[in-house]
Amino acid sequence: MIRPLAILLGAGTFVLSIATAAQPVTFDFPIGDTPTELADADAEVVVNHCSSCHSLDYITTQPRGKGAQFWKDAVTKMVNVYKAPLTPEEADAVAAALALKFG
Amino acid sequence: MTFVQRRGFLVGAAASVLSARALAQERIVQPFANGERPLVQLPQKRPLIGLTARPPQLETPFEVFNEGVLTPNDAFFVRYHLSGLPSTIDPATFRLTIGGLVDTPLTLSLADLKTGFPVQEIVAVNQCSGNSRGFFEPRVGGGQLGNGAMGNARWTGVPLKALLDRAGVKAGAGQVTFNGLDKPPLDTIPDFVKALDLDHARDGEVLVAFAMNGADLPFLNGFPLRLVVPGYYGTYWIKHLSEINVVEGVFDGYWMKTAYRVPDNDCNCVEPGGKPDKTRPISRLNVRSFVTSHCDGQVVPETGSTELRGIAFSGGEGVARVLVSTDDGGTWQEARLGEDLGRYSFREWRLGSKLGKGRHPIKVRAFSQSGATQPLDPLWQPAGYMRNVAETLTLEVA
Repeated sequence: MIRPLAILLGAGTFVLSIATAAQPVTFDFPIGDTPTELADADAEVVVNHCSSCHSLDYITTQPRGKGAQFWKDAVTKMVNVYKAPLTPEEADAVAAALALKFG
Repeated sequence: MTFVQRRGFLVGAAASVLSARALAQERIVQPFANGERPLVQLPQKRPLIGLTARPPQLETPFEVFNEGVLTPNDAFFVRYHLSGLPSTIDPATFRLTIGGLVDTPLTLSLADLKTGFPVQEIVAVNQCSGNSRGFFEPRVGGGQLGNGAMGNARWTGVPLKALLDRAGVKAGAGQVTFNGLDKPPLDTIPDFVKALDLDHARDGEVLVAFAMNGADLPFLNGFPLRLVVPGYYGTYWIKHLSEINVVEGVFDGYWMKTAYRVPDNDCNCVEPGGKPDKTRPISRLNVRSFVTSHCDGQVVPETGSTELRGIAFSGGEGVARVLVSTDDGGTWQEARLGEDLGRYSFREWRLGSKLGKGRHPIKVRAFSQSGATQPLDPLWQPAGYMRNVAETLTLEVA
């Protein structure tokens, strides 16, 4: 069945028509930028190791001041549960950088 | 507004491309520390509160809940776990499989599903387990959400029971598992698979939905099919649903056995900062209510009477009463309930209130048909799920 689907965006500013039900729909997912807080040399290890699996706003939106153990636990979970491919030294470096930035 | 909007197009027989534009021109601030967020517009969505970009997570701006009890598709929240998302979905070749402990495994096209089985509708709230996590004190890690990771829609689909009956569930089956097209970015990450007990899966209310509010599911809400589990937290509402399996015993995948667990006690809570002795998978929504007509700190003119309005919902018992206090919990008045769209839906409430000049702490508290209500002080648990404290906001009559 060919049925154009009209989708109203925003406050009626314009109409986006996407493909009919019989056509493939392609979605360009956003990648995410490097937040300002992680854009310096101290955070390079974080950007390099974390952003292959998720955008870095996962990190910057976390509560602040939770202490070094909070960040160590988070990195440990990424390595142990999700098997993030980091050596123990790399994991320590990421956790230390996060603790330094966000306490 | 300074959002640049990209126009989509009809393209003959070629694929249509929904291009994401993260347009962080405007920012909002959630009412907790480190709560600044961009407003982001993704395809098929109005500008929503951006939590993360990859995978995308979007929260509904709270004022949307005052537009009506059904949450518009373009404002409905978005939550993914893993960033290996399907870039293209072809409805013509898409297949849903039903396998495992069944007599006849099924492979269904969308047309098979829509024409070969009974179609049902249900109005139900989908709420993220971690909705309102940002308000936990002490703070906990995880998605730092305000109150907008919830929505109420009219879902249309095929009862899961009908699919399981057609396939024929074999003796010895214990649970049914659900998987979608979204995958982990690394093979070592456990795929997002959830399970329901067989009796629950066959209750006739769990749906394999292909439409919400009368339109195809938006891509970000699970196009072309998602599981609808009325009364249960959103973690079970698998998007881009492509694989249903009947299994023996209790499914022990990571996202059931280790993640999405709550303290196994009556309050689903522990002392703030503590750890539970025993946990169980999260399940039904608890009862909640909100004021939607006003926001915290709003100044309103003295007009004699101020109409307060909001929403209440439960995990399926239905909302029995909503009580409102305009004196910080000293006295409570019963609100009028609006149209009943079913026991899984948002229920509107209204109350006319005479407020003199000054500051008025307004509290709202709902009761379900089974007598469950909201705590007046917040409960705490380490994962930051199931917040349902009676909400308070302050109105200033000037």
